[in-house]
Amino acid sequence: MSRLQKSLERGEFVVTGEIGPPKGINVEATLKEASYLRGRVVAVNVTDNQSSVMRLGSLGVCVRLLQEGYEPIFQVTCRDRNRLALQSDILSAYVLGIRNVLALTGDHPALGDHPGSKPVFDLDSVSLLMAIRSLMEGKDLAGEELDGKPSDLFPGATVTPGADPLEPQLIKMEKKIEAGAKFFQTQAVYDPKVFENFMNQASKFEVPVLAGIVLIKSPAMARYMNENVPGVFVPDSIVKPLSEVSRKDRPKKSIELMAGLIKELRPLCQGVHIMAMGWERYVPELLDACELQAPM
Amino acid sequence: MIVSEPKPTEELVDSLSGVDRVFILACGGCPVGCKSGGEERIAELADALSKAGKEIMGRAQIDFLCNKALVGSQLWYYLPQLRRSQGVLVVSCGIGVQAVAKMVDLPVFPANDTFSSGGMQGLWPSEERCAGCGDCILDLTGGICPITMCSKGLLNGTCGGQHDGRCEVDPERDCGWYLIYQRLKELGKLDNLKKIPPLRDFRKREVPGSQRRTTRWALEKGEIYEASRPTGTE
Ligand code: SF4
Ligand code: SF4
Repeated sequence: MSRLQKSLERGEFVVTGEIGPPKGINVEATLKEASYLRGRVVAVNVTDNQSSVMRLGSLGVCVRLLQEGYEPIFQVTCRDRNRLALQSDILSAYVLGIRNVLALTGDHPALGDHPGSKPVFDLDSVSLLMAIRSLMEGKDLAGEELDGKPSDLFPGATVTPGADPLEPQLIKMEKKIEAGAKFFQTQAVYDPKVFENFMNQASKFEVPVLAGIVLIKSPAMARYMNENVPGVFVPDSIVKPLSEVSRKDRPKKSIELMAGLIKELRPLCQGVHIMAMGWERYVPELLDACELQAPM
Repeated sequence: MIVSEPKPTEELVDSLSGVDRVFILACGGCPVGCKSGGEERIAELADALSKAGKEIMGRAQIDFLCNKALVGSQLWYYLPQLRRSQGVLVVSCGIGVQAVAKMVDLPVFPANDTFSSGGMQGLWPSEERCAGCGDCILDLTGGICPITMCSKGLLNGTCGGQHDGRCEVDPERDCGWYLIYQRLKELGKLDNLKKIPPLRDFRKREVPGSQRRTTRWALEKGEIYEASRPTGTE
């Protein structure tokens, strides 16, 4: 059983982190970023060709993390692989020691750096979760028996608490649970009220939810997110204080604001998923500021 | 010609569960050509549905269901029957079903699976598109096609990219699943969103050999009489 699964089942407040593989094979910088998370998070997500930009694979970096003693969360999108490749890669991940899998539909390739490539989407997040469950039970999607079953995989999924309208998101969340999702990491949240409203409707599903936090580095980043990231809204209560300090003081201010946010979110959910986006070095300070101790 | 094939009766009856009063609306174009429509099929369908305990409120054949204006004007004659119906069983390709969905405030149910546009797109007069996925699920989606209206052809609802009702790929483009959500909400059928449709069968993108034999094919091969024979009589 993965440490993530154990911690969540024990009802602990769980912190997870996230790193993005490099474009190329030099993983040193990525591992350096991960090193700031060491001992502070239960597990680290590794993105899968995030934003449809071709990079080093999630699987490769997950394995490197394992070798360095971290627990990875293998992000798998449906954008690039059909059902054969997806199932096969998940089995490969298993034999390499990976247990946590985050199932995502994935962005459309048109948004990335190979815009003309074939969008696969043979499966989507829901059917991918069904595939994982089926593998765990010892059968593939075609119903064929497996020689050895990866029964202790720990599948998770994502949800957007600020989606407008929220209703279809909740319906899909329910479907993901029905399909086997055991935990959720959310899209970035900045407004505790929005999150509370979401949790009021989602807590009945009784599946652990980790609130997503993308560290806001600058007012420009906040504005960019407001304009371009669906279901994410950074309120003035964050943008304004950040724009009032000098560039040099931004990290400090951001940590203060994010810590305040995490404290407000904490009673509402079972953990936070911190996406530092290059600011990994500030994560320990942030966790100290919200009095989140290193996991056991 | 747009090639479509009758859905298995069992699947049809299943899709109509809870819909007791049905109006049958058929296209007089391509489906007649590929024997997924026509008077005979309409009669068969009426018979099968009656046997399943459904009441047939009316039936009609309109020349080209893909022509929404025509559909709208013709359906006007059937308003009383339609008002008493709970759903419309549409005997056409996927475009016809979508066109009817836009013209009536009733759930629509495809009677056929559409395979291919066979090189000719029918009238294709408006925004509806059918990719011939071969496994029509318009009954679940309020008559809006998730294969062509969603940029990723997803089957299980909106992805994380939906923004103000638009698709992540193109801000000018509606998010198909957002439209489906709204339509199902209007129809009081949001529960449909909770259903998980079977995985797509990509073999069905291929047109079955028997259906490749169109009139033109037969003309070219000099087998016009063969082709006009009902299938299964060889
Ligand atoms: S679901 Fe869409 S693509 Fe498939 S047959 Fe129906 S209309 Fe055509
Ligand atoms: S935004 Fe909507 S239409 Fe676009 S890919 Fe996602 S679900 Fe499909």
